Order: sequence, then C-alpha cells, then structure tokens
Amino acid sequence: MKDLLNRYGLLLTTVFAVLTGFWILVLVVLPNIYLFEHSFKPYLPVAELGGPKDVYSLDNYLTFFRSPIHISVFVWTVVYSALVTVICFLIAYPLAYYLSKVSARALLPTIFLLLFIPLWVSEVLRSFAWFIILALKGPLNASLLGLGIIEDPVRWISGFRGVIIGLVYTYVLFMLFPLYNAIQSLDTNQIEAAEDLGAPWWRTHWRVILPHAKPGIASGSVMVFMLSAGSILVPTLLASTNSRWFTEIIQQWMFESQDWNTGSAYAFLLLILCTVFVSVVMRVFRVKLSDIAK
Amino acid sequence: MSAGVDLDHVCADFGTFRAVDHVAVNIRPGEFFSFLGPSGCGKTTILRMISGFISPSQGVIRIGGKDMKGQRPNQRPTALIFQNLALFPLMPVWENIAFGLEVRGVDRHKRRARAEELLQLVDLPDAADKAIAQLSGGQKQRVAIARALAVEPQVMLLDEPLSALDLKLRQHMRAELRAIQKRTGVTFIYITHDQGEALAMSDRVGVMSQGRLQQVADPREIYNNPANGFVASFVGENNIFTGDIQGTEGDLARFATASGTFTARLGPAVTQGMKARLFLRPEHVRLAPGSGGANSIPVEVTDVAFEGNFISIHARDAGGQVLLAEARNDGATAVPAPGERLHFTFDGQNAVILTGDTAARDADT
Repeated sequence: MKDLLNRYGLLLTTVFAVLTGFWILVLVVLPNIYLFEHSFKPYLPVAELGGPKDVYSLDNYLTFFRSPIHISVFVWTVVYSALVTVICFLIAYPLAYYLSKVSARALLPTIFLLLFIPLWVSEVLRSFAWFIILALKGPLNASLLGLGIIEDPVRWISGFRGVIIGLVYTYVLFMLFPLYNAIQSLDTNQIEAAEDLGAPWWRTHWRVILPHAKPGIASGSVMVFMLSAGSILVPTLLASTNSRWFTEIIQQWMFESQDWNTGSAYAFLLLILCTVFVSVVMRVFRVKLSDIAK
Repeated sequence: MSAGVDLDHVCADFGTFRAVDHVAVNIRPGEFFSFLGPSGCGKTTILRMISGFISPSQGVIRIGGKDMKGQRPNQRPTALIFQNLALFPLMPVWENIAFGLEVRGVDRHKRRARAEELLQLVDLPDAADKAIAQLSGGQKQRVAIARALAVEPQVMLLDEPLSALDLKLRQHMRAELRAIQKRTGVTFIYITHDQGEALAMSDRVGVMSQGRLQQVADPREIYNNPANGFVASFVGENNIFTGDIQGTEGDLARFATASGTFTARLGPAVTQGMKARLFLRPEHVRLAPGSGGANSIPVEVTDVAFEGNFISIHARDAGGQVLLAEARNDGATAVPAPGERLHFTFDGQNAVILTGDTAARDADT
C-alpha cells in the first residue's frame, strides 16, 4: 500500500482502491449474498411477499433432491465434465512435454502465439464455428467423406458428443499452461538420469515427469472441470436433443420459470457439489490444495 | 566387471563449431581416468558421447570392444553421475538407488535389500527411508554414487560431481571416490577442471584444450614432464619466460630471455627456431643472497604470502617480470622479507622449454 502511494500519489491510489473495492463488493460479493439469501426463500406472488408464507426454508434445495431427473442431469454433467478434463489432459500433456523439453527455444514464441490467437475470438463465435464444422453436411463430414475415411456422414452433434468436442476445444489451454509450467520446471538432467539408468521413455514419464507435474495436472484439471461444469454457452449451442447440462436447468429456473430463488439454490448446489467432488478426487490422488496454488 | 573405453579419433561438431577434435585414447578396464581442462574444452561433450546423449560426428566409441554406434543411453553399460547429481527429489533415498533395478524388473524386496547393501558400501547406512531434501551435500553425493553403482555399470562417468562441495568435504570425497573405485573395480571416467582432483585421484589424466587432447599420462608425468606449454601452464604454477633457443647440447639448450640467458631442458619435439617458452615451477626455485652464477636472476622481493604448509614469495627482476618462488614452511628455511634483494636461482634440469599456447588463467584454474 505504501509502495502504491509512493508510486501513484494519493489521488490515483484512492481511485484504484475504490474501483477495486467496488468491483469486488458490488459486482461480486453483494450479488452472491443476495442470491444466497433468496435461495432460502419461497417463490411467491408479489402480494404475498413479506406475508406469513415468506419465511426461510431449505425447500428450494430439497426440490433438487426430490427430482430424479435433475439429479441425473447433475450426475451426467459431472461425469462428462470429468471426461472433458481427462481428454484435455491426454491432449495437453504430450503437447506440454514437447513444448517444454523437446522443441527448439526459438520456435516457442510462434507456437504460443498460434495457441493464443483462437482465444482472441469470442467463445460464442468459436462455438458457432464448431456448430458449422460438426454439422451433418458440414466441412468435417465433407472432408472425411472426400478422403474416403467414412462412407456415410456422421451425426457429430448427438448425445453429448458435440458438447464434449466444444468444451475440450474451449478449455484445453487451461490444461496446457499449468502443465507446461510444471514440466518446464523439471531439471532436464533428471530425465536424462532416468534414461541413463536404463528407463524406457514411458517409465521416465511415469516415475519422474508425471509425479513432478502433479501440481500442474491438479490445477489444470480443477480449472477445466469447474469451467466445464459451469459452462452454459457450449452446452447450449452444441447441444443435441438429449444432452442436458446442469447449467441449462439453472437457466430454465431463472429465465423460463422466472423462479430466481430455486435457480439460485441450484446454482449454489452446483458450486458446493462440484467443490465436494473436486476435493474427493484430490484426496484420492493425494494432491494438497497448497500444491495447486504453487 | 569393468570394461575399457576406446575413443577412436572422435569428433563432435555443433554447427560449424568443433567441440571435440579427433580425440583418441584407450581407457583401460578398471582404470581411474580423468579428463582435465578448462570450461569449454570439450570434456563434458566427450562424457555425453560416451554415455550416449550425443552422437560423435566422426570416429568410433567402443566400450568393452563393442561399437556403441546407435546405442541409446539406456542400452549402454555406463552410468553417469551428473554435475548437479540429478537425484529424484520425490522418491526416498532407497527408491532413488533402486531405480535402475526397478527399470530392470527386479522385485521390490530384492531392490530394497540391494539398496541397503549399496548404502553400506557408500558409508550411509540408515538413510534408506530419508527424503533427498533431508540429506547434506556429501550425503547426496554418496546416494548418487550408489544409484549409479546399482545398475552394475562397466563404466562409471562422473561430470565434476564434487564441484558443489566445500573444500574439506571435497578432499574427503576424493579419497572416498578413489576407495569406491578400487573396491568395485569399475572403470571410472572423471571430468574436472580442478587439477588437484585429477592429479590426486587418477591413474591417468588426459589434459584437454580447445577440443584436443594435449597429453595423456599418469599424474606425475603430467606435472613433471608436461608435453607442451598448455599442459605446463594449466597444471600447477609456473614462472614463464619468453625467449629464443640459442643452441642445444644433448637434451639441454641455452635459452635467451629478457631476464637473462639460461640453461634448460628441451621439451618433447622442441627444436631450435621454434617459438618457445621456458617453464619453471616455483618449488624448484631457490632464493638466496649473494651472486648466483648460472641460471640466476637478481630480484627484489615484493610480497610474501604465508599459505600454511608453504610460503609463496613474489619477486621482481630488473626488467619488471614478476617471479614466483615457494619455500616449505619447515622452520629451516629463512623467510625473506619484502624489499630484500636476493638471487633467484634454479637448476637447468628443473626448467623446461616448451611450445604451444599457455592456458588463460582464471579463477577456476
């Protein structure tokens, strides 16, 4: 704080502090508190607000547990988010290893630029692009047919396929960068030492590189999982008739049923249950929270 | 079990830069061989070629008589000890040591037993379950040696593994390494820029400069009969005089310098007319009052440094050349004082005339 004062003077420092405070308090904390409070209130006609029925209860949360359909949508959301996380890891790990230990240093800026450019385009546009690519008569099927790899066009957007492809594409970089950082910090001599002691490449990865990269894997996985489970755009745009995502149910409560109270309860349930799930997985893989923060 | 290593005119090129230039040497089975040279002389490249991380651009490397071309590091009967040791920090000590056995499919029980055995050998019992981070520098050193020995290598390659240790520990580990080498009979190839290490531990030393092997000989020979100016100046201290050979007589020659004309031994293949220098070790110099006669230079003492077991004396002759003499701290020798005028004399048999560049002096040498 003293540094800030010295560098920017009293006026600018006050402006920074007020703006940051406004952002955190008014735009993040207060809305959440508001939603949290309302998640315990019943959805009442305006006339009955403040009346005898307007009391706090867990009814909105219980609605979820009383609805087998919503529970099943939640479970599938978690399962497919986990699948997206695994696919992202399988794509990002070899790439991160290649970038940090194999490729020439001089190439790195170019490769990173190529990886970053898609991020400059809005997520909506990128999802629409995938919608077009994956369409039954879209370019992907046309190319595969043209190359003779398939004989009939594939209905890509069916079941959760479209959603998975879209989510992997959207969030794979959130896996790549923590992994890259983690692997890059490994002393290359350790990889060579393992090889010198007779280890084939896969054992070097299993015993030396993967254990070292564990914190990076953990933080990448948490990010990809949480972002996927909380994503609304991709599951909406690349949805098929039978791929319902939990966020879509929240949206339905809020915007179709106009029941913000139950919607809020569902939103907090998503947050709490996903946090529990992530904690359990971290416990299973013996990852500490402090590792992730590194 | 140990194997010899033949380097048959091995070269290594990085782009247009030749890091190793036609190095040819036969390292015998069971030998403790050191490559000694300043940083950038190509010694580490040689080690990486023997271990298989770099392929020679020319020449053949044979281990135990077998051509190593195309053999990956994990297929060679060598074990490398890295300069920073490269222990696996996430594995306990015993798993580090047993890693090579794990790779070879040895079962866990036997691995553990072998690791304990090796810990005994390197004098580090009871450390099996410790974490690497709990060990001191010297202990890590021992674990690295045990880890390399576990795969029963025929050739052990060591890349300046003592450079990170403090002086006392370094001297202790020298003796330890030497003892382990004798006990196991494995061929040791040791890379160092520290002449003390190379001379104290090795059966033979190969002195390198600019990618070329300058001399291969036992430590005594390297120190007493250096093959050229580089070896003489890189290994040990010297008084160096530039001059011309005036005439030869048997293996002696008359050498004219700015400080006077001296009689000295001719180095190998040195003949009249060559650009040469005279090298004289400071411990072969006598500083005494009175007139000296042959091989004598009148000097003024400028500085006297007490080093403990010896006394290092700097003096200057009439031409301003700084000369160095060493006197043993045995109580019998009179220690001169700065400002004293004395004669700097030496025996012609102890001075040698050599050709070739001298080593650049830096903090490491």
